[in-house]
Amino acid sequence: MNFHLILFLAFGAICVGGAVNLLAQRHPINSALSLIAVMAALAGEYLLLGAEFVAAVQVIVYAGAIMVLFVFVIMLLNAGEEEETKGSRVAILLGVPGTLTGSVLMSWVVLRRSGTEAVAIGALPGHPREIAQLLFHDFLLPFEVTSILILIAIMGAVVLASKPPAGKVD
Amino acid sequence: MVPLAYYLWLSGILFACGVVGFLIKRNIITIFMSIELMLNGVNLSFVAFAAHWQVLAGQIFVFFVMVVAAAEAAVGLAIIIAVYRTRETLNVDQVNLLKL
Repeated sequence: MNFHLILFLAFGAICVGGAVNLLAQRHPINSALSLIAVMAALAGEYLLLGAEFVAAVQVIVYAGAIMVLFVFVIMLLNAGEEEETKGSRVAILLGVPGTLTGSVLMSWVVLRRSGTEAVAIGALPGHPREIAQLLFHDFLLPFEVTSILILIAIMGAVVLASKPPAGKVD
Repeated sequence: MVPLAYYLWLSGILFACGVVGFLIKRNIITIFMSIELMLNGVNLSFVAFAAHWQVLAGQIFVFFVMVVAAAEAAVGLAIIIAVYRTRETLNVDQVNLLKL
């Protein structure tokens, strides 16, 4: 049991605990807070893998910007406790066997194909210079396309969320 | 040294929790958060494979996934606000206009 494995298990426990807590909580704000815990712990896992850039972006963009948006909408809409409703029978009949089959298949593949190969701590050569070379040279076109995507998303959000003009309410 | 399979396990567990939340939750905001959880699980497997094969492009892919997730969150939350404005509810069972 080396130190790397202990850290991995600690962050992984926070991740899984947060994810289960997200499912267990009935109030959206509690779910949002546990999702922030999951994302922060995932940033720790990225640091263990040596992906410092991804870890920083994870904390700033995911745990920062996106979750602030979520919490803001939860408070704006004054979302309350979730109401209990009956799930459909088809979901249970198909879902439980499907989940079991999928998990057994996945664990079989993972255990069979990659049993012994290990990932060293800080294994990635994630120097900012190399990442910038990839991002602004090799992947320049996708990078520019994402800027257009973000622009369209901003305009779409403004159009969708703005109040309809008076008189046109249906 | 941590085996690659452990990272894939964690990624799979997170993704499965996201799927379960997407299916059993009734609040539209919580459903949306479950989608974010699924994206996070996939990101972890991207980074783990990138570290395993020493390919930096995996990190760039995670970056693009995050950009798309941010755009999706902005548009999705705007749609949630629009739904709340017209239907006065966040419960997805009551948003059934297309149902026969």
